[in-house]
Amino acid sequence: MTPAPLSRREFLKAGALVVSFMMPGTVGGALERVGATTGGKPPLTPDELDSWIAVLPDGRVTAFFGKMDMGQGVDVAIAQIVADELDVAFDRVVVVMGDTAFTCNQGGASGSTGVQRGGVTLRYAAAEARRILLDRAAEKLSVEVAQLTVRDGVVSVAGDPRRRASYGELINGQHFHHKLEWNKQYGNPLLAKGLAIPKTASEYRIVGTSIPQRIVADKVFGALPYVTDVKVDGMLHARVVRPPTAGCAPVTVDESSIGGIPAARVIREKDLVAVVAEREWDAVRAAATLKVTWAQPCTPFPPMETLHEHIRQAKPIGGGVPVNKGDVEAALKTAHRLIEAEYEWPLQSHASMGPACAVADVRADQATLWTGSQKPHYARNGVAKLVGLPPEKVRAVWVPGPGSYGRNDAGDAALDAALLSKLTGRPVRVQYMRHEGTGWDPKGPAAVYRARAGLDAQGTVVAYDFFGKGFTRQDVATTESDPKDTLAGQLTGYAPKPTVIFQVPAEAYDFANKRCGWECIAPLLDRGSPLRTGHLRDPLGPETHFASESFIDEVAHAAGVDPVAFRLRHVSDPRHVAVITAAAEKAGWTARPYPNPRRGTGHVMTGRGVSYTERNGTIVAVVAEVEVDRRSGRVWAKRFTVAHDCGLIINPKGLELTIEGNVVQAVSRTLFEEVAFDRDRVLSVDWASYPILEIQDAPERIDIVLINRPDVASSGAGEPSTRTVPAAIANAIFDATGVRLRRVPITPERVRAALARA
Amino acid sequence: MSERIRLVVDGKPAELDADPAMPLLYALRADLALNNPKFGCGLAQCGACTVHVDGRPTRSCVTPVGAVKGKKITTLAGLGTPERPHPLQTAYIGEQVPQCGYCLSGWVMTAAALLRDTPKPSDTQIRQALAGLKCRCGTHMAILRAVKRAAGAKA
Repeated sequence: MTPAPLSRREFLKAGALVVSFMMPGTVGGALERVGATTGGKPPLTPDELDSWIAVLPDGRVTAFFGKMDMGQGVDVAIAQIVADELDVAFDRVVVVMGDTAFTCNQGGASGSTGVQRGGVTLRYAAAEARRILLDRAAEKLSVEVAQLTVRDGVVSVAGDPRRRASYGELINGQHFHHKLEWNKQYGNPLLAKGLAIPKTASEYRIVGTSIPQRIVADKVFGALPYVTDVKVDGMLHARVVRPPTAGCAPVTVDESSIGGIPAARVIREKDLVAVVAEREWDAVRAAATLKVTWAQPCTPFPPMETLHEHIRQAKPIGGGVPVNKGDVEAALKTAHRLIEAEYEWPLQSHASMGPACAVADVRADQATLWTGSQKPHYARNGVAKLVGLPPEKVRAVWVPGPGSYGRNDAGDAALDAALLSKLTGRPVRVQYMRHEGTGWDPKGPAAVYRARAGLDAQGTVVAYDFFGKGFTRQDVATTESDPKDTLAGQLTGYAPKPTVIFQVPAEAYDFANKRCGWECIAPLLDRGSPLRTGHLRDPLGPETHFASESFIDEVAHAAGVDPVAFRLRHVSDPRHVAVITAAAEKAGWTARPYPNPRRGTGHVMTGRGVSYTERNGTIVAVVAEVEVDRRSGRVWAKRFTVAHDCGLIINPKGLELTIEGNVVQAVSRTLFEEVAFDRDRVLSVDWASYPILEIQDAPERIDIVLINRPDVASSGAGEPSTRTVPAAIANAIFDATGVRLRRVPITPERVRAALARA
Repeated sequence: MSERIRLVVDGKPAELDADPAMPLLYALRADLALNNPKFGCGLAQCGACTVHVDGRPTRSCVTPVGAVKGKKITTLAGLGTPERPHPLQTAYIGEQVPQCGYCLSGWVMTAAALLRDTPKPSDTQIRQALAGLKCRCGTHMAILRAVKRAAGAKA
């Protein structure tokens, strides 16, 4: 699955298309730099140091990163890591990512592992490059390596700085041709390392500083090309035509219906219908005008208001009990008091800022794909399979897309473009319309949770039982590496095969008897479904932890214990304790009766809530303060305090902005977002029918406490705070109103109804 | 039905032959090769396509190009340049606002008109002026900081 290196001629040919619209510093500029190190580069395999690091004759460094940054600045963090390990100035390092011709498949953007996993191999590779360069310097300067120091890419003899050699001189326009030890895996697990031992945290000078993202200026001056801006000579514009009702195949396509748009024509392959035209506006008009007769609608979906009942009743297709400590059933029987609750989370859309776009140029013997997919190596594999080429003959080039938080519609657009290019024999640009971006993207799964806890007479938790049931988070896989996981594939005969995967809460509560289990149910429609599920930021994290951290609050309340004190009573890991404590202290939390006895006598009630979670090593606690308007039912999540421990911090400012984005997006998902549908179609098709947070609902303040652990390897930050927010809000609403909201989104209508029932 | 349409875009005269019913956004992106106004929804619901038409923030995705003949169109790239940045652009860089950045035209072009008309807006005025714009990455806190920073810079 490794792309063969392009020859220099191919490289220049392929690169020319890109360079024509790429900014310096992004792929285009980096290509020039790669080109500067002339021929003889070894194959692009993870066991070659040259696959990761290039040192140019002028001393600049290129780092080839096989993961991605989707706007949070992961590439900056990688450049910081590489610069520190190599002892070069930050500005000398360029990170190349997202181009399968120049990067190994480290899994793309996936699970907040850009630094956690992706950074590890880059760190090892940079350290190994430094070791080799120092060996060469020692030889050249006739000293022991131990006598050498490095500053800004110049090696000199300690105490005799006139004896020196720059990295550029030492590499001398050559590649390293040096093998690394590689664990023979691709994707997230890929690990390659050399003999060098990376620096310890106390030696870092660039890691730990808030270096800004260079790319921000390009964005702000309107100069950054996005995937929607890619233009290729001879390119056709395409629009797909999706059925008005889910699961309906086209029966007849009336090509004469677009006769008034002579430049447009219909392309059909089995159940996929599209129009292409030389001009984009003609394609847009043709797609809107084309008359298609679709098969009789079926009614694959339950009435929307019964979705969660459907989940409860549906036959499970898989499940598990990953946590089962002690004897929960026996302990529940002895309990003095039983607390039970159920929680519900809806289907949600990525609703990326723009609908997806991709450009593909599929030839008889090779293909190029320009994609906003956060996993371009996998998009390459999917395109190769769909058009019948070996993967090494397909090059995927990532170009920034209109937002990406998982497996959104970009993966579908990539394969649509490739198929249409193959069918037309021309390069094809596909851009979806808004109704496709929201209506047909893979959805975050809906789920129901049932939780039970038993308290003894002293209020101690003797049993804890948590059970989640819902749609798997992977009706379509986390990547588009197989056509079966894309609409283009499913509409042209590839049978989907969902992966049954769910989740239980990630926390460290030490209840004596504790059980956490799950079950998944089958998709509502087996193929081509607008409600198929896929990874959406922190897949199942907000769902699961909305339930689990709301329930912990209910147990604390029943036990008559302050919710911060209750959590601390049941958590012993010092890092977990420190995070909960830090959030509470920063928020000025002191124990008091709960719900808030001073919630306000006017129509606005105020309250606070806490929540804490873990995610793959990252620990987050959130205190939310809300205002609830008892007349309108509006909830304003006014203030957040977030304590965040992801081990060693690479870039504090970038981390803060990443956390802010998580918090605000999670507020949106908690208060506003729910995919609406009826028996045969999705009704959430734009921003009016799928509202998200607007700026009047943005918090007044978000205070962030970063807990730096220089002695602990960095874990992820791109998602963990997302899962912590929903319950903090719900718990604060309970504090403000005395009413527990157990269903997301917590809309004004639901708040008013809950207050009326109370 | 195609006709000759003249515009002034980012200070320069521009001409194209187009169906006057075609949205201005397609004229800017396809005919004039200006990439910075974005297609977000085509429904005037998000703001990603926002340009100034004679100084007024306008959703180019629903504005027929025939309706803006002879008018002055300013895009994000025409608002300021790296050499002569608009205070909002400087503030956006200072605050490091973007995640994906696809929504920027909406926020910056709308806020630029706000600051021109109300140089020292309150938090409430800023939120009211920016209502209806979308940012899916959730950069709203940084946007608010940037607009306030730009307002200070203008003083």
